[in-house]
Amino acid sequence: MKKDIILCGVGGQGILSIATIIGEAATEAGINLKQAEVHGMSQRGGDVQSNLRLSTENIYSDLIPQGGADVVISMEPMESLRYLPYLAKTGTIVTSSKPFINIPNYPDEAALQAELDALPSVVKLDIETVAKDAGNARGANMVLLGMAAPFIEILTVEQLRKAIAVIFARKGEAIVEANLKAFDMGVAASKK
Amino acid sequence: MKQLLLGDEAIALGAINAGLSGVYAYPGTPSTEITEFIQTNKVARERGIHSRWCTNEKTAMEAALGMSYAGKRALVCMKHVGMNVCADAFVNSAITGVNGGLIVLAADDPSMHSSQNEQDSRFYGKFALIPVFEPSNQQEAYDMVASAFEMSESLKVPVLLRIVTRLAHSRAAVEVGELSAENALNPSTDQWVLLPGIARKKYVDLLEKQEAFQKASETSTYNKKESAGQKLGIVACGIGYNYVKENVGDNADILKVSQYPLSPKAIKAFAAEHESILVVEDGQPVVEEAIAGMVGADYPIKGRLTGDLPRTGELTPDSVAKALGKPAGPAFDNAKNLAGRPPQLCLGCGHRDVYTALNQVLAEYPDYRVFGDIGCYTLGALPPFKSLSSCVDMGASITMAKGAADAGLFPAVAIIGDSTFTHSGMTGLLDAVNDKSNITVVISDNLTTGMTGGQDSAGTNKFEAICLGLGVEPEHVRVVVPLPKNMPEITRILKEEIEYKGVSVIIPRRECIQTAARHAREKRK
Repeated sequence: MKKDIILCGVGGQGILSIATIIGEAATEAGINLKQAEVHGMSQRGGDVQSNLRLSTENIYSDLIPQGGADVVISMEPMESLRYLPYLAKTGTIVTSSKPFINIPNYPDEAALQAELDALPSVVKLDIETVAKDAGNARGANMVLLGMAAPFIEILTVEQLRKAIAVIFARKGEAIVEANLKAFDMGVAASKK
Repeated sequence: MKQLLLGDEAIALGAINAGLSGVYAYPGTPSTEITEFIQTNKVARERGIHSRWCTNEKTAMEAALGMSYAGKRALVCMKHVGMNVCADAFVNSAITGVNGGLIVLAADDPSMHSSQNEQDSRFYGKFALIPVFEPSNQQEAYDMVASAFEMSESLKVPVLLRIVTRLAHSRAAVEVGELSAENALNPSTDQWVLLPGIARKKYVDLLEKQEAFQKASETSTYNKKESAGQKLGIVACGIGYNYVKENVGDNADILKVSQYPLSPKAIKAFAAEHESILVVEDGQPVVEEAIAGMVGADYPIKGRLTGDLPRTGELTPDSVAKALGKPAGPAFDNAKNLAGRPPQLCLGCGHRDVYTALNQVLAEYPDYRVFGDIGCYTLGALPPFKSLSSCVDMGASITMAKGAADAGLFPAVAIIGDSTFTHSGMTGLLDAVNDKSNITVVISDNLTTGMTGGQDSAGTNKFEAICLGLGVEPEHVRVVVPLPKNMPEITRILKEEIEYKGVSVIIPRRECIQTAARHAREKRK
């Protein structure tokens, strides 16, 4: 079994924390993993992405081929569309619905949402509002991970919860709880 | 024990465990994390392994060579263009030879994710006539460090370890070995004085070692042949091997190349067993060109030169699939509602205020040019500032402004960051002072090496002294604080110094907001 995931967003939105948690869960579960990140100049408010490959078999390429990603997990709706050629025809986009506009030529929002809605499998949610309602404004990326959790399949929701606890452990019990709550709200939203 | 490591981290840990005594480096994407890993590693700290950042790649290369002279194992790390900066020391280190093991790590950036070219460091290995290792994955990257140190010591030669962005910045599980002891201090007693008479002899020594290098490639466990009885033979170099395996699995004839020099014997035999060869290499067509010279003019070779693989950019599983004649699977087309999102200066960054002030002042001069340099502030070339006319290499802002001023251009303004200034700007400023060139130099000092993530900057707290020491007149070294509220003062000073017919230096100084936030967090703890 394999799961190829593209994580994406805008530099500074916290996609690498999502990657770290999935990586921790995969390592703990003994699943092979390769995760290619982008560092350097591209982090400064530009588009960022990470290719995350999970498999019970040997993984060769660090990069996911076109039409190969099982899930695109995106902190921003337009960014989720940037990797559309990499999404498998049977794949799912899990994305924040709220645009992050730091460019003058951001596309028409209604057209953007319509293009997303026309795709076979899309889960979208205003993750920032959900995180705020949960009292954890900085936990939007955990809400998103929760939304994506049912689609990652190769890892169980429980394995991901455990990884969150491990990764945030050094920041204290309160932070762990807040992030788990955000994650659980994401999972619940995804099942609706 | 297995650990999840970036390619860069695998190399760093491999070096520590192989008995490293010092890493020497200047930050540069995608190589930075190697030195950072060693700086924070517990064993490295306990052992007192040298890991402080160097001023530039040349000082790094020479210091590493000095440590090797003293008998200890040294690693020097840089991004590909750093090889140009240290080339003098690098090429000559092959002539002097080494004592303690010496590895030169070059991290190439095909596709220019964070670079201004995609030069292939394997050419440098061939140029200097030394062995090159090119790992295909994180495990090999870890293992090769020990192999390269051993080879370096047994054959008395520096070894080049070449990686690319996708290996440097990709994580995978790595089986980690035991910790070895460091070498004892044991200074070389060989001849290292490269006077012509001695250098001629040492060059012959280096040429005589070539056969041993070749033999090492032929018996290397990193190079291997896989056979499936196919007519096409695939020569797969470094991470190119992964993209081939991703597409064809075990159903292909592959000559995996991860250690150089290439073996003409192995290549000729492989060619004889097949009807044609496809060369899959990330970077420039180094091997493709070399093979063409080994197999005869009529032998069909496919690769980047023939257009079977793209001539530019990094390899992808898709480009390799196409070269293998594999039909593309079903995929969505590009989205319609999509716009580019280029990187930009952070909100609140001091460089922003510098550009705002520069643009305001220079608007009064129709013929002005601002010569830029390498760093976050290169983003001043993009909207909304669009301030820069050039960005070429580390330090070129000052020297290009000088040359343009020599030609009569006015105003000729250079903008350079603090770390870039100490890397390669100081000598150019001395030229300008000696020539009394009519230039205005802005050293935008954010107290760090910002673009690579906030490493220490070699000249922090020394810039006024450096400029005065180089001979800039004291009344034309001006310091300002780049904040919107100081705009009237900054623009007034800029205008005064542009009007001054000579070398003036303006130092806008305010800490990088990223490192400032990090320091505030650390303080709270």
